[in-house]
Amino acid sequence: MNKSNTTRRAAIQTLAGAASLPLWARFADAQSAAPIKVGFQVHRTGIGAAYGRWYDRTTQAAVKLINDGGGINGRPVEIVAEDDGTDPKRGAEVVEKFANLHDCDVGFGTLFSHVVIGSSPRAGELKLPYFVVSEGHHVASGKLNRYTLQPGITDVKSQVQAMAPYVANNLGKKVTMIFPDFAFGHDHRDFFTAAIEAQGGEVLEQIAIPPVETSFTKYFPNIPRETEVLYHVMVGPAVLTFVKELGEFFGPSRPEVFGFIDSLEAVDLSSSGLEFLEGTYFWEGNPRYAQADQSEHDKFYRAAVGVDENGASISDPADVSTYAHMFGCWETLHIIKAGMEASGYQGPSDRAALIEAVEAMGEMPESQAHPQGAKIFNGKTHQVFGHQYISRVENGRLVKVHTTSIEDTLYPDEVDYTTQPL
Amino acid sequence: MSTMQRIIIVHLGLLALLFVLQFVLPAYHHGNLARIMVLASYAVGYNILFGYTGLLSLGHALFFAAGMYGMALTIEHLGFAPTPALLTGILAGAAVSAALALLALRTTGVAFMIVTLMFAQAGYLTVLYFGEYTRGDEGFVIQQAQRILAGIDLSQPTNRYFAAWALFSTCFLVSLLLVQSRFGRTLIAIRENEERVHMLGYDTHRHKLYAMILSGTLSAAAGAFYGLLFGYAGASFASVQYSILPLLWVLLGGAGTVIGPFIGTLFMFYLIDLSSSVTTAHMLVAGVVLVLLTLFAPQGLTGELRRRLWKALP
Amino acid sequence: MEFGPHLLLATLEGAVGAAVLSLTAVGLSLVFGVMRVVNIAHGEFFMLGAVLAWFVAQYVAGHPALGFTAALIIAPLIVGSIAALADLTILKRLDYDPERTIVATIGLLYIIQQLTLMTYGPEARPVEPPFNARIALPWFEWGENGFQFYYPWGLSTTTYKLAVIGAAAAVLCGVWLMMTRTRVGLIMRATQADGEMALAFGIPVERIYALVFGIGAGLAALAAVLIVPIQQAHYLMGGDPLLLSFIVVIIGGLGSLPGTVLAAVFIGLSDGIISVFFSPTLAKILATLIVGLVLVFRPQGLFGTRAA
Repeated sequence: MNKSNTTRRAAIQTLAGAASLPLWARFADAQSAAPIKVGFQVHRTGIGAAYGRWYDRTTQAAVKLINDGGGINGRPVEIVAEDDGTDPKRGAEVVEKFANLHDCDVGFGTLFSHVVIGSSPRAGELKLPYFVVSEGHHVASGKLNRYTLQPGITDVKSQVQAMAPYVANNLGKKVTMIFPDFAFGHDHRDFFTAAIEAQGGEVLEQIAIPPVETSFTKYFPNIPRETEVLYHVMVGPAVLTFVKELGEFFGPSRPEVFGFIDSLEAVDLSSSGLEFLEGTYFWEGNPRYAQADQSEHDKFYRAAVGVDENGASISDPADVSTYAHMFGCWETLHIIKAGMEASGYQGPSDRAALIEAVEAMGEMPESQAHPQGAKIFNGKTHQVFGHQYISRVENGRLVKVHTTSIEDTLYPDEVDYTTQPL
Repeated sequence: MSTMQRIIIVHLGLLALLFVLQFVLPAYHHGNLARIMVLASYAVGYNILFGYTGLLSLGHALFFAAGMYGMALTIEHLGFAPTPALLTGILAGAAVSAALALLALRTTGVAFMIVTLMFAQAGYLTVLYFGEYTRGDEGFVIQQAQRILAGIDLSQPTNRYFAAWALFSTCFLVSLLLVQSRFGRTLIAIRENEERVHMLGYDTHRHKLYAMILSGTLSAAAGAFYGLLFGYAGASFASVQYSILPLLWVLLGGAGTVIGPFIGTLFMFYLIDLSSSVTTAHMLVAGVVLVLLTLFAPQGLTGELRRRLWKALP
Repeated sequence: MEFGPHLLLATLEGAVGAAVLSLTAVGLSLVFGVMRVVNIAHGEFFMLGAVLAWFVAQYVAGHPALGFTAALIIAPLIVGSIAALADLTILKRLDYDPERTIVATIGLLYIIQQLTLMTYGPEARPVEPPFNARIALPWFEWGENGFQFYYPWGLSTTTYKLAVIGAAAAVLCGVWLMMTRTRVGLIMRATQADGEMALAFGIPVERIYALVFGIGAGLAALAAVLIVPIQQAHYLMGGDPLLLSFIVVIIGGLGSLPGTVLAAVFIGLSDGIISVFFSPTLAKILATLIVGLVLVFRPQGLFGTRAA
């Protein structure tokens, strides 16, 4: 089925038709009806648990769609989920478990950077294709290996640099940055500082917050008075406190505020204390609230995962999704499917061919498989590039005000993984 | 058969068994056991201070991390080969544990716990503070090409297993010889009644100092090997969680026994691994088992064995 | 911001932290002092207090103050009961052996965390404060016109934060009165001084232990209910209070309640004030090292009389 041309109704009819067949009939024409096993490394416990839950739901929805449509190469997809405790040591053990115990065909789904970096060497040694959904710059930076790919979500370097033109031209040129004092925050610091300077702006002050911090007001006096734009990116359970205290600090007179939605993923924007965010700007990987120009693909994807137009669970409006990131799971699974189909994947001996097939992918049009938007995959750096969105909080909803081009997100290659042996 | 012979047979038997197992284990358990042996080396190091000397440290992650970063940073930034890098890591651990011992051994009991905890926490934050070199929490990969020790590729399963076995055997034998030695017996006496040992004319402070340095050095060796064998160094290994883990392993296996740290590490590893396949609530399972063990096997698994079957087990 | 207002702001923030910390730490200190055991799960009782506050606030309709007040009463009671139950079913059977208690309470920590994750979920959730108005604070300077007041940019606090400081002080006074003026307090102190002798005098030491364990956990829960409108409830929030309470109890001197409170104020304020002078992470490193060194050179703590 050619997804980019399929209307929603046609898609649903196809699905309904397929779903009404018994399982054996749907996969009967395959040489082997044994399932393709996808090892899903999921943050069920630890600091990443809020993300993990939605990564899980998105993954289940995508697998259901793929299986209802006939699976991959006529074989059903089976998810083998293992908790990694959001810990790099356990992450590496889980990768070993996928490869050596569960006989998974691929590993997939990791979000937190330290888990990716801790697990990736083992994936490379075990020659297990490892598809991460992490938005870290670790893949494209060349630190990992040929078996690790990030084809479903853009990386922090491209996200950050694509924001600089909008910030400099619309919000202000004198920026103060607040970020967590660890690698993720340092990436923001380094990439954005360079990007805003390229736009003729400057970063007045860089305020690094220690990772164990739970109260923030004491750091805000370091924000210079002449700041025009406050750039914030915080992660972890204390972010609500951060935003509330920021509001209490500034009171009625605040500068323009630009943040990364990472701060407020899985958090209801109507939570008490977040009124301060009204009129501020956010980067969004994928707009949480259904926009006026919502594509049919987003509508389909949203319904399939079970997310309402406010970005919350259909069954519980208080259960807010990690909408800006979780599409990566959906898109990555579709890329695994496309890669396996292109390489005629039969089993673990075809893993190298699968890597080569994905490396050859290049442009990916916006479609049901890519509801977030069109993308370009760079086979050399194993990193995908795509549109970024900037939204403004209006009446407690995020309203999209700008879409970057893919060109805004590109930067020179830092590695060529294809030179490494398979 | 004399007691001594039985002791030698049981302990060398374990090492021989572990050596032979690598030829028969399926890939998954083969990999796990390599990991467990490195972690058990850490536990053996911890046991020297806690089990035999009676000092409960909550800061051993500092030593583990000193070994790991001493090894990894010299490879990453100074281009060291694995052998000198491992030595640097072990020396770093020895130096850090000596420095901390000089300060912390002025205290005892709960104050000792907190002092070690504080310095380890400062060490963890220092790793984050120098993120430019350490990449902080994210950590960095030690590439396969950087992990070839004297022509042996440590990323290959068999080589990795043998390296882990060699490390564990060394730590294990050091521990066994220690408790048979005069020095080790003095440590045990200090654990039982420090004042009396002191009155008998022993320099208890010096004994505790050497015990802590030995303990820290073995822990650092485990950290250095862990990073090298599995290709990654990151700040999570310096966090307080990795100070509590060896305490748990040792308590579970049996504090103050040579074999206990290995048993405890093995048990805990498979407890988490098996329960996480069955349920996502593996922490709950681990918690319940911990409580049950303290209720019904207070001396740990090996301690229980010693109490019921074999009183002379060292 | 200029130095003076910055310092004032950091001090105020430090005071809020110190208020909550002193409540949590006094709970730990009571358990430590009377029962001589280390309760690693203390931070989880703190977390349970915050999580229960959220549940109660959800359940009670009407003005946020109603839900909050209900939480203030219900959460510490429930948490205290859970702790007392844990004492009777587990710790009592361990004969309060120090090492075994550490392992058992680590086990409890895992159990409580996982159960909370399974029921409450992984999100950070806020509880609405009963009242919360921003107060801009004035500062003074010697200007051209002599001594004058003005309102610097950003120098402010909220009524709720001030109320937290007041409430913590009131509760601490209550604890002190209980320990010094009531029969229960007398019995606790007798048990602390010499458990065996207390038993010989017919004091039901077992029940006192359960009571103390319950009160200790209840105080942590109360502190958490006070902080949750500022900081949100999250299932991993117990780690930091545990670590800080430990430091405070030891620095303050084992079993000394006034020492514990003084140490909490010292630690809380220094955390705020050091951040004025150093880059944040460096400030944390320094603060941690200072605590370690204080103990090295004064193992009895700053205010204690006997070594820990």
